[in-house]
Amino acid sequence: MKLLKISKKDFSDVLNRLKDSYRLYGPVRKGNIVDFAPIEDVSDIDLSFQNSRLSPKSLFLPQSERMFEYGLDPAGDEAHILKEASKDYSPKAVIGIRPCDAKALELVDANFDTPEFRDPWWVKARETTTLVGLGCTSPCSTCFCTTVGGGPFDDAGLDVLLTEINDAFLARVLTEKGEKLIKAANTFEPAEEELVQKATAIEQEAAGKIVSKVDTSRLAEIDTLALHGADFWEDVQFACINCGICTYLCPTCWCFDIQDETHGRVGCRMRNWDSCMFPLFTLHASGHNPRGQKIQRVRQRFMHKLKYYVDTYKMGVACVGCGRCVQHCPVNIDIRQVCRLMNEYEGKVPKVS
Amino acid sequence: MIANTKRIRETAKRLLREDIVDAVLGFKQGTVPMICQPVLVTRPEDVDVLYWDSFCGVNLANYLSKRKDRIAVVAKGCDARNIVVHTLENQIKRDQIFIMGVPCKGMVDPRKVRLALKEREPLEVTEDGDKIVVMGEGFETSLSKADLLQDNCAICIHRNPVIYDELMGEPVPEQEGIDRYADERKLEAMSADERSRHFQDLVATCIRCYACRDACPLCYCPTCFVDESRPQWLGKSIDPTDTLTFHLLRAFHCAGRCTDCGACERACPMDIKVRQFTKKLEKDVLELYDYEAGMTEETRPPLDVYQPDDPGDFIE
Repeated sequence: MKLLKISKKDFSDVLNRLKDSYRLYGPVRKGNIVDFAPIEDVSDIDLSFQNSRLSPKSLFLPQSERMFEYGLDPAGDEAHILKEASKDYSPKAVIGIRPCDAKALELVDANFDTPEFRDPWWVKARETTTLVGLGCTSPCSTCFCTTVGGGPFDDAGLDVLLTEINDAFLARVLTEKGEKLIKAANTFEPAEEELVQKATAIEQEAAGKIVSKVDTSRLAEIDTLALHGADFWEDVQFACINCGICTYLCPTCWCFDIQDETHGRVGCRMRNWDSCMFPLFTLHASGHNPRGQKIQRVRQRFMHKLKYYVDTYKMGVACVGCGRCVQHCPVNIDIRQVCRLMNEYEGKVPKVS
Repeated sequence: MIANTKRIRETAKRLLREDIVDAVLGFKQGTVPMICQPVLVTRPEDVDVLYWDSFCGVNLANYLSKRKDRIAVVAKGCDARNIVVHTLENQIKRDQIFIMGVPCKGMVDPRKVRLALKEREPLEVTEDGDKIVVMGEGFETSLSKADLLQDNCAICIHRNPVIYDELMGEPVPEQEGIDRYADERKLEAMSADERSRHFQDLVATCIRCYACRDACPLCYCPTCFVDESRPQWLGKSIDPTDTLTFHLLRAFHCAGRCTDCGACERACPMDIKVRQFTKKLEKDVLELYDYEAGMTEETRPPLDVYQPDDPGDFIE
């Protein structure tokens, strides 16, 4: 791993140079909200944010993504023939992604990129994107990354990790993709030992600032059916209004719905984010809905993140502790509390009468 | 606030002990600052979780639709009006609810507190009379509550519950000389094209999470039109036309029913001023029918009935 440095005043030049070889994306402030957006003017990048409102997952799984296009003219040779929608997969670099959001991409890879199935668009977007992470020096009070396998300077999933030190950044070059980006930037200098020591101190201090914690130690061993039938779900679900905020803001929620839309004589097959909070999510063509009740949907969300994922992929929980759902749930449903209820659950499998 | 909380707990305990109700619907303190969570208390020994402060912005009428039990509900001015709407629309019977009315001086908008703090994170937020006291890492500051009210609360003229079975505090003076429709007059002054652009821009960042709909006590349809799938009425993508259609149709469905409780705007994760849709319709209904939603149980809502002399000038 290479340790390099760049002064902040040269950073804009670096970004401008990177624009020659990469499509740049980064955090941009609009009003009170910072979100990841394509960068035209590098001065739009705002690295002073804590968490972006939406996670940058949309750069890999857009809220609405065209998959196929087709003609509908019955006289045409290619009527109803699906053709893959053309998209730009030229190299892309995401500047300033938080370590939790980068780790989330790895957790989602477990679903979209497996030995059996590879989601072509997710995989292509992942392969062509270089992630330049920005460690968190001032995490939010709702951040709990350190107890779900991450940390404010965790390098999982990143190609380069930046640590902000006064008027400079220390850059840890972590992968080949990262090397390539640094080469294209062409301004980084080797970091002296003193700077590395300073960075390490900053990183340790940041980890110490994460005071919010969850305990996930028992989740794997607790019987799935026992948890499914636990009595606490009734209380957990009461306040929930079944909106999609938690799932849409979550960096690890990956569910989508496929829709065909036609206009005149052309059609498009697309996929859109979907949410297990919505009744339509599981509505069968027969009219039956296996999760017709709110309690079933609320339970599903937490069971998926904190139990099914744990058991299926053996990579821990499907939560990186970014705290977005905690901050933005309009009725204060707090995954940390639900995780505690689940982890501490001692009940047995309910008897079927 | 402390006095309200004490009164709510005492009343809840009495109602449950004397078997006047089966459950009490109120608020409990949240796990993070500046939010309270709706809670259902069914045992007298649990009433101490009940809590009241200026962050009880959720409209609890939203939790009453189709309930069968005898239920007491903590209700601000707007919540009480929505309970009236609910009874008029047969969502719940008046005689199964016990309204614990809370005279309200307005709910505080957490977004405005954050804005006032300029990037500093609030770790503990308490109230001291008309002040909001915020503590964070290395700072403590006192802010005037009046500057931080939700937009709808700042222009509210019905702070005291219009119906109640018992009040949880002394009535508060109603605000007078309030200009409730300044924003709407601006909208009306726009050309049709400008207005269309304005509303498209307003929802440009909408992520279709439907929190505005789901937080709204009026949105109790068993299947919302956006969820109809046989046939499907509306596209599911974030195409601007579909997004705007959702907001416009929802707003029109709320015309003459909306109490401007602000639940929609409060819930929006993208800080969209969704009240602009419903507020214009509220003004229209007031001007056309001299009607404000939820003020009385005696009159049917104007869009619920036909009168031969209904104004029709707007039909061209």
